Amino acid sequence: MAKQLNVFIENKPGRLKAVTGVLSDAKININAFTIQDRGDFGLIKFIVSDPEKAYLSLADKGYACAMKDILVISPKDKIGNLCRLSEILLKNKINIADSYGFVIESEKKGICYLELNADDLKKAKRILDKEGFKVLD
Amino acid sequence: MIWNKEMECMDLENLKNIQSERLKKTAEYVYKNSPFYKKKMDQKGVHPDDIKSIDDIVKLPVTIKEDMRDCYPFKLFSAPLKEVSEIHVSSGTTGNFTVVGYSREDIRLWAEVMARALACAGAEPGDMIQIAYGYGLFTGGLGFHYGAMEMGLTIIPVSSGQTKRQLKLMNDFKPKILACTPSYCLYMAEEAREIGMDPRKSSWQIGSFGAEPWSESMRKEIESTWDMTATDVYGLSEITGPGVAHECAYKKGLHIFSDVFYPEVIDPKTLKSVKKGETGELVITTLNKKGMPLLRYGTRDVVSINYERCACGRTSPRISKILGRTDDMIIVRGINVFPSQIEHVLLSIEGIKPHYQLVVDRRAGELDELEVVVEVEEKIFSDEMKSLRALEEKIKKEIGSTLGIFAKVKLVEPKTIERSEGKAKRVIDKRAL
Repeated sequence: MAKQLNVFIENKPGRLKAVTGVLSDAKININAFTIQDRGDFGLIKFIVSDPEKAYLSLADKGYACAMKDILVISPKDKIGNLCRLSEILLKNKINIADSYGFVIESEKKGICYLELNADDLKKAKRILDKEGFKVLD
Repeated sequence: MIWNKEMECMDLENLKNIQSERLKKTAEYVYKNSPFYKKKMDQKGVHPDDIKSIDDIVKLPVTIKEDMRDCYPFKLFSAPLKEVSEIHVSSGTTGNFTVVGYSREDIRLWAEVMARALACAGAEPGDMIQIAYGYGLFTGGLGFHYGAMEMGLTIIPVSSGQTKRQLKLMNDFKPKILACTPSYCLYMAEEAREIGMDPRKSSWQIGSFGAEPWSESMRKEIESTWDMTATDVYGLSEITGPGVAHECAYKKGLHIFSDVFYPEVIDPKTLKSVKKGETGELVITTLNKKGMPLLRYGTRDVVSINYERCACGRTSPRISKILGRTDDMIIVRGINVFPSQIEHVLLSIEGIKPHYQLVVDRRAGELDELEVVVEVEEKIFSDEMKSLRALEEKIKKEIGSTLGIFAKVKLVEPKTIERSEGKAKRVIDKRAL
């Protein structure tokens, strides 16, 4: 299962720089990130080359962070694919807590990150696998 | 008018005799009826017989806020509970309230001093008063109510809040006097303008404002905004609530009704009296209360006292506006808030650290705003936005239900609140008080 790193940051200049600085110093590569904003503060979500090490480096510097299992799949980039994906989850009563995605190669490959309830993770992985979605580690 | 000329304008020698008489009686009364004071006086080696004049007051033990806490709920009452006719509470320093009990005579006394206070403000029997202090456990509303009854005013007991209704009642009934916190008065001006009302045309001519510190510039603002006279009222529930002291038309200090509430000013470190006119902590002894008389109660308010006779004719000494506090209590929208109370609340919530800061601000024409800045914990930090939001809501709710005040909550990263070597800087007060 892929790991996502959630870091609590205040919404003010320099915070993203500070957090990524820690990762950079620890020679950790960022594969994907997104920021959720809530006015005064926000959450940065990272997918990194070495989540374990990234977590320890950040915690060491006193950041409030957490590591979380998430599902990463690589669907084909084609019309209706996200709709099909969500339909499958819906049929199985699996709620998507949060998600972000993008296309890597146009009309070929995309990446979709899915945050689900911890209990649903394995089930979703199995189902999506069966339905032909490529699940990444 | 002067409500009780005999007492308020008495020559100082006679006043001293009365104070001496009353202090003797109070010392005897509490020694006999309050195990708390008997123990305190015995420990200090002072007997009621040692109190021969008001000057002997320094022999008596002081009472502090912590005593109120330790005696929760009724152990400071000198009168038996069945003779206590009313109970009020205000904030304590931690989880418990500060409880005060009034006998029937104490309520009459409260009405008397509040009538004196209203007369200081310029009220006359037959005037109409809009009481926009909160009614209930808070002493503001009922204190003014009793005084207004005593004086024979027409009372609109509207209580606090519901600004549009306040303005409508003012507009339709035309009360001459307004009693509320000064910041609420300014807030109402904003609302008035919003509904197309000209504050300068209001019926209010006199305001009795208190329950929170305010400045001379705020007075000017209120007076020019509403075209009214703004006077300052002082009180604290431990002593009686509002009606301990009030400004007269000359606005040169607040007359303290010293035949009832005897004031001293002490150095809070040495507990010794300061020189006449110097600044220190105001200590008050109630001279003829029965329910819960207090000996030398440390108010933690910093003032100076002017003993000169006032141009208004009153001889009662005048305390300055409150110049500060000896503790870290802040008053937000008229509600006493101790940082320790907030700490108490925060400690009970998982996911945050007891590192916090209180930021108080009052933007022009707005009510006080309290923001609680809290650090999230590194380890068990909630990793989802919804749980962070829930954490925020929980803190807000807990503070609301414990302190009775709305606070904004700001979550910040660990170790971002400034640490200091000694006492943590818990309060940042941005208000120009």
